[in-house]
Amino acid sequence: MNFCFLLAARASTAENLSIFDPVSPPAQSIKSLAILVLAITGVIFIIVEGILVYAIWKFRKGKPTDDNEPAQVYGSTPIEIAWTAAPALICFVLMLAIARTLWEVNVDPQRPPAESQPVRVTTIGHQWWWEYRYELPDGTSFITANELHVPASNFSTPSERRPVYLTLQSADVCHSYWVPRLAGKMDLIPGRTNNLWFETAQTGLFLGQCAEFCGPQHAKMLLRVYVDTPEQYDKWLANEAKPAVDDAKVKEGRDLFLKLSCVSCHRIRGTSADGFYAPDLTHLMSRETLASGIVPNTREELRRWVQDPQKVKPGALMPAFGLSDRELDLVIDYLETLK
Amino acid sequence: MASLVTETPEKPSIMDILHDWVTTVDHKKIGIMYVLMAVFFLIVAGAEALLMRMQLIQPGMTIVKPDTFNQLFTMHGTTMVFFVGMPILIGVANFAVPLQIGARDMAFPRLNALGFWTTLFGGVLVYTSFATGGGPNFGWFAYAPLTEKTFNRGPAADFWAMGLIVSGIGTITAAVNFIATIMAMRAPGMTLRKVPFFTWTMLWTSVQILIAIPPLTVSLTMVVLDRQFGALFFDPQNGGSAYLWQHMFWFFGHPEVYILILPVFGMVSEVIPTFSRKVLFGYEFMAAATMAIVFISLGVWAHHMFAVGMSKTLDLFFAAATLLVSVPTGIKMFNWLATMYGGRIWFASPMLFATGFLSMFLIGGLTGIMLSAAPFDFQLSDSYFVVGHFHWVLIGGTVFGVFAGIHYWYPKATGRMLNERLAKWQFWLLIIGFAVTFGPMHLSGMLGMPRRIYTYEADRGWTFWNQLSTIGSLIQAPSYLIFAYNITVSLWKGERAGDNPWQAWTLEWATTSPPPSYNFEEIPTVRSRRPLWDLKHPDDPDWKYE
Repeated sequence: MNFCFLLAARASTAENLSIFDPVSPPAQSIKSLAILVLAITGVIFIIVEGILVYAIWKFRKGKPTDDNEPAQVYGSTPIEIAWTAAPALICFVLMLAIARTLWEVNVDPQRPPAESQPVRVTTIGHQWWWEYRYELPDGTSFITANELHVPASNFSTPSERRPVYLTLQSADVCHSYWVPRLAGKMDLIPGRTNNLWFETAQTGLFLGQCAEFCGPQHAKMLLRVYVDTPEQYDKWLANEAKPAVDDAKVKEGRDLFLKLSCVSCHRIRGTSADGFYAPDLTHLMSRETLASGIVPNTREELRRWVQDPQKVKPGALMPAFGLSDRELDLVIDYLETLK
Repeated sequence: MASLVTETPEKPSIMDILHDWVTTVDHKKIGIMYVLMAVFFLIVAGAEALLMRMQLIQPGMTIVKPDTFNQLFTMHGTTMVFFVGMPILIGVANFAVPLQIGARDMAFPRLNALGFWTTLFGGVLVYTSFATGGGPNFGWFAYAPLTEKTFNRGPAADFWAMGLIVSGIGTITAAVNFIATIMAMRAPGMTLRKVPFFTWTMLWTSVQILIAIPPLTVSLTMVVLDRQFGALFFDPQNGGSAYLWQHMFWFFGHPEVYILILPVFGMVSEVIPTFSRKVLFGYEFMAAATMAIVFISLGVWAHHMFAVGMSKTLDLFFAAATLLVSVPTGIKMFNWLATMYGGRIWFASPMLFATGFLSMFLIGGLTGIMLSAAPFDFQLSDSYFVVGHFHWVLIGGTVFGVFAGIHYWYPKATGRMLNERLAKWQFWLLIIGFAVTFGPMHLSGMLGMPRRIYTYEADRGWTFWNQLSTIGSLIQAPSYLIFAYNITVSLWKGERAGDNPWQAWTLEWATTSPPPSYNFEEIPTVRSRRPLWDLKHPDDPDWKYE
């Protein structure tokens, strides 16, 4: 099982979801525990399987006859005690390691490292997309969807540490947040609030996906976590916090959008569209993908989605609205300005 | 009324034979019917699995629609657990236990028949859902609130829940029957400390059934009440709890897997001694370990819920309890090895499967220890690693073990030997196929692949492992067909078995193959765990050493 390290090493950042290539403390703690557990079970396997193979080889005979029955050994209490005590001891050691890792991984989000600048995002799972509500230090907040941006952390300078604390909730059924290189998973359970944290110095894109079966499109509820440099992150944050771009050139498209039933589900801050059942579209064009990470964010894909979401993600809760080609183009023209 | 002309008895017609079997209360026939039902559903659930594996051979396949795939994994799991696993074990036990203890039938023969037919009817009821517009599509553990009407408008969830409530009744009656039979109908001299080991494990499996299945029945009833009668047990938007379902389901769900493995521990505890020509090493410790497993396994259920957000203390408790259950399980492993050690091993087909069980169950148990380390489980929970683990213990454990048991007792049940060559083909195709199917899943799980997805992204490095798994399933599939063929054709073509083809030592081998309807001409008095050893070795009987 240890050549998964090789697998992990060979893949590039975007492809790599190996739990053995962690970039964040909780994932690293888990990897250390995993190595201990794998080592112990590996040794047990070699010994016990070895005894089995040896017994098969050494004591193999053919069909029995009445006069060559081997010595009948009924048992041995000392041996039984020995092979009860030894495994119990191993289990005890494992239990201590487990306890230590549990306490390392499950931190209190209300007690971030001294002087650090935590990033707090409430993550709400929906069938089949992710809602992110950024809680800013000044008390304000804004909502975006599907692509999580966080700043890289500088572990060596306390005031430049950026731990990320996700508060996990669900709008409908159970989901689970799993980005393996950043942390173990944590479920999003309706009626419950859970917590997940990670912190990484490595910039880049980290992939994951929903890990608790949540209905027909569970397989397409992908996760994309962008770890930006602090400067990139501040820029992104400032942009996301602004209301939507109001480009006069696409007024017709915007008016059409606001007239159609789009507004019953979607929100575009700065307009009258204030729905909350569907992803916030205020800065739709700042995302690289659509429909929770499953298609690239191009005009063609966006048009295909709006025309009939069921062709991209059958079962998605957004129906086709029967727009004409002209209406479609106007709406897409408008959406494309939402940078 | 003597006649001068001898009359030959009329050959029974097909209708007579059918009538006999449908109305029988004979434990031997009921046992066989349970096994036949299980083999039928095994082929159905196997086909469901093959379809899934074909869908997953590459990313983006469209062999089945997303919702169909979700129905397939739901029905595959439900069928394998409730309509293959438990029935096949209860079937073999039904056949063997009364014979092993020197009884003429089970304590409640009519209840026995009721149990079989309700189990079968429950299965039919669940499958009827396909005729109503689609089967259940929420996974065999049906996490709330997916089963609520809001998220599942069609009747599939109701058929599923009610079908399982009905078959649960069958399971519970079987457990009641085994306990009554084993407690009250043993041959003279056979104290509880002297029952054959398979009988001992069936006693404790039955206890576990009585503790674990009623909570399932209750939980399923609550789902039906939510869906049809306006209850709000699992509706979080109205004060109910999705989390409650998980606790209730897994309180059943974990002991369930021990219900699926303990009988098999018993079967291999008959096969390994017989085919090593040695008494079972450490019977008392094995018996105590069985009880320990039953009790400890009642306290580990939330290891299925490590990612749900329980407190660290709860996580640690369940991790520790799960680790603890590995100790008695390990004891059994070592005792089986000690039985083989110094023996004269005969690798006839039952022993082939029993040895396969030992080597595979060890691995499945070890991946279970990995999963018990709660933080490791934060990564591995709900990933393909878990799918690999549980198939390894269920196939490597339950399936190999029950094949050992069936190959062992088939001659007793039918009077014919199974074909050894076919059995060897079955064994090797199975062990290689199943390893190639489920081995790679441990890797794709560690590489981030979650379970229950109808397809996966091409850029995640999972494709190769999925292709291997699909190839493995194609190697494995024929082995089940070979088994079905072997058990059918050997009825006519098998070598005649005689009373005791394996030179075994427990009471069932003291009567004819097949036994008469009344099992024994005379109920024997026994003095040890191996009455036939005592008969053969009057100078060196077991009761001197037990």
